[in-house]
Amino acid sequence: MSHFGFSREPLAPERYRALVADPVAGGYASFEGWVRNHNEGRGVVRLEYEGYEALGIKEGNRVVVEARARFPIARAHCVHRLGVLDIGDLAVWVGVTAAHRDAAFAACRYIIDEVKSRVPIWKKEHYAEGDSGWINCEVQPADAPAGSVPP
Amino acid sequence: MVAIQVEYFAVLREHVGHAREHLTTTATTVGQLYAELDQRYAFPEVGRVKVAVNDEFRDWTSPLQDGDFVVFIPPVAGG
Repeated sequence: MSHFGFSREPLAPERYRALVADPVAGGYASFEGWVRNHNEGRGVVRLEYEGYEALGIKEGNRVVVEARARFPIARAHCVHRLGVLDIGDLAVWVGVTAAHRDAAFAACRYIIDEVKSRVPIWKKEHYAEGDSGWINCEVQPADAPAGSVPP
Repeated sequence: MVAIQVEYFAVLREHVGHAREHLTTTATTVGQLYAELDQRYAFPEVGRVKVAVNDEFRDWTSPLQDGDFVVFIPPVAGG
């Protein structure tokens, strides 16, 4: 079973906690990413997440498997929301259990950081002024050195 | 010539105007395919793009084979 999943329905952390329950666990650490109403000085009214699900599930699972190899944890799982989200909605949930808290915190941090940078998920912000933009894909001329795009 | 399928996501999907297309190409690597499609669509400048073939990340020099499913991956922004 994959340790990473996507959901088009609102995330329900109380349901996901059961996925990481383990008799050896003495601690549970979780991270919830929420939709906030601003980014880089602009008012945000809603978000859209799009995912390349087939590869995303593989890459997300690889991240969790790596965390299990790097830290002495019991179980870990991550779920990412797709679709249109409103302010305050839960965008991503990470849960880790371990015998001791240090490993649970560290693995939780590792998983969210790697998921954000590696899993093929894209975020479109809709702004208060009515325009929108794909995050990390809006390159200013000064930020686009020659040769930054393949091949 | 190889017959392949390409899927676009996010900023590239919106720019191209559709999510999927079947095409035949003389490109022999995924990098050549990207260059060919960039000629056709003039992809927007989005930073470093990655590529996946058959649902796995690949290098730009990877050979293109009949039946391949190719996805170009603009910079991601999960979380």
